[in-house]
Amino acid sequence: MTALPKTTRKKLGLVIDLDTCVGCHGCVTACKGWNTQNYGAPLSDIDPYGADPSGTFLNRVFSYEVAPDDGGAAQTIHFPRSCLHCEDAPCVTVCPTGASYKRAEDGIVLVNEDRCIGCGLCAWACPYGARELDQLAGVMKKCTLCVDRIYNENLPEEDRVPACVRTCPAGARHFGDLGDPESEVSKLVASRETVDLMPEQGTRPVNTYLAPRPKDRMGRDAAELKPVATEAKGFLGWLDKALEKI
Amino acid sequence: MHPAPSVIIFTTLSGLGFGLFMWLGLGTPDVTGMPAFAWFFVAYALSTGGLIASTFHLGNPKNAIYAFSQWRTSWLSREGIMAVVTLFTFAPFAIGKIFLGVTWPLLGNLGTLFAVITVFTTSMMYAQLKTVPRWNMFPLIPVLFELYAIAGGALLAGEARIAGWLILAVTVLQIITWMAGDKKYATLATNKGTATGLGRFGKVRMLESGHTARSYVMDEMVHLIGRKHAHKLRAIATILIGVLPALMLLLLPATKPVILLAVASHVIGVTAGRWLFFAEAEHVVGMYSARG
Repeated sequence: MTALPKTTRKKLGLVIDLDTCVGCHGCVTACKGWNTQNYGAPLSDIDPYGADPSGTFLNRVFSYEVAPDDGGAAQTIHFPRSCLHCEDAPCVTVCPTGASYKRAEDGIVLVNEDRCIGCGLCAWACPYGARELDQLAGVMKKCTLCVDRIYNENLPEEDRVPACVRTCPAGARHFGDLGDPESEVSKLVASRETVDLMPEQGTRPVNTYLAPRPKDRMGRDAAELKPVATEAKGFLGWLDKALEKI
Repeated sequence: MHPAPSVIIFTTLSGLGFGLFMWLGLGTPDVTGMPAFAWFFVAYALSTGGLIASTFHLGNPKNAIYAFSQWRTSWLSREGIMAVVTLFTFAPFAIGKIFLGVTWPLLGNLGTLFAVITVFTTSMMYAQLKTVPRWNMFPLIPVLFELYAIAGGALLAGEARIAGWLILAVTVLQIITWMAGDKKYATLATNKGTATGLGRFGKVRMLESGHTARSYVMDEMVHLIGRKHAHKLRAIATILIGVLPALMLLLLPATKPVILLAVASHVIGVTAGRWLFFAEAEHVVGMYSARG
C-alpha cells in the first residue's frame, strides 16, 4: 500500500558532509556499478558511445558556487544528490499501483519493479529529482540505500554499507540509523551545522547534509593589501613617462 | 514539464468525452434509438480514446491492472477507477436509450455524478503536486477542468446558446488561471538558496551540472522549449477556445455547420491550452540546475 507508515522503527539514511566532499564522482560510479549488477533492472545507458548519450543514475554530484553577501571569497560546494528517503515522501502516496513504498522497519523508500507501470508520477512528485525512469526497462529507478548490501551476510561486515559510502575516498558520506540518537551518524549530525533541502516542500528528509564550514574571508583583511607603490621607478618609470608623452 | 502528446490528447479528449456524458446523463439531448447511438458513440470514443492515449507514455503498461489498487492515497488510481465506473454506469443507460427506447433517469444522473468525479480526480492528479507551483492551485485547477468538461460537453450536446455562455466563462477562468500561475511562480519561496540549503551562506549559482549529457529529470521536468512563444500561444488559445466559438454560438443561428465549426475551433484551442498547461509549468527541481 502506498500509504506512508506513521513511524518507522529505524530511520536508515545517509549523512553527506558538504565540507568534505571533493566532487570526485566516485560515489556516482560505485552506485551505478553496484545497482547495475545487483537488485532490480540494471541502470541502462542509451547510445553510450554515440552522439547523444544518456543513462540512468541514482546519484549525481552537482557543484555550486556560494558567494557571501558581504563580498567575501566565494566557495565551491560539491553537492551529491540522491533520494533523501523522506519521512513524508510525496513520491510514495501518488503511486497508483503500490509499487512505491516506504518500509516500516527501516524507512527505506523502494520501488517494487514487478508492480511499477512506469507512469512517472512519482518522479513528478519528488522535488529533488531523485527518481529516474529507466528508458530500457520502463520502470522507475531510485536509490535503494543498497538494501541488498546493508543486510547481506554474504558480504564482509565492512562492506555492509551503501556502495557510495564504501567507496567515498574523502570520508564525506556516512550511513546509519538517524532515528537512534546514540548512533554514530546522529552524534555526527548533532556535532555539526546542517542544511535543509527545500524545507518549504514539507518532505522531512531522513538523509542529512552537513553544512560547509566558512572559508577565509578575504574582504576582512583587504586593508592590509593596499598598493605598496603607485609611482613606477627605474626603467619602467622612464618607459611610463616616455609613453605618456607620445 | 514535458508536454507529451499522450497526456495532452488524454486530458483534452477525455475531458470532452466525460463532459458530454455529464449532459447525456441529465437527458440532454433527450434522444433514443439511432440518434442516441450516435451521441453515446461520440462520448465513448472520446473518453476511452483519451484513456487509451494516456497509456502510451507508460514505460511498463503490462502492470496496468495494479493501477486500480491504491485508491486510498493516489489520485491517479482514483481516476482510473472512476473512469471505469463511469463508463460502466453509462453502458446500461445507453443500452436502454438505444435499443429499448427507455430512459432511466436515476442511472443517468448517477452517471453524471460519476463523470463529474472522474474529471475532478484528473484535475487533482495535477493540483496535488506541490512540486509544480502552477498546477498546485486548489480549487482553481479542479474548477477549471470541470468547467472545460461542462462547456465542451454542452457544445458537443448541441446546446448552442448554453455552450456559448459556458465557453465564455471557461475562457475567462483560463485567463484568470494563467495570471494566478504567473503570480504564484513569481512569488515562489523556492530558489537555489532553499533548494541547496546554502542560501544562508550567500548567493548560490550552479557551477557544474552533475551530468554532461541529457537526463530523464531534465528532459521530463525542466522542459523549456516553447516558453518563448507562450504569450502568443495564450492569445491564440484564448481566441480558439473561447472568443471565436462563443461569438459563433451566441450570434449565429444554431445550425449544424456553425456548431461543427465551433467544436473544431474549441478542440484545437483546448489542445493548444493543454500544451501550454504542461510546457509552461515549472518544476521546482529546475532550481538545482542552471536553467531554473
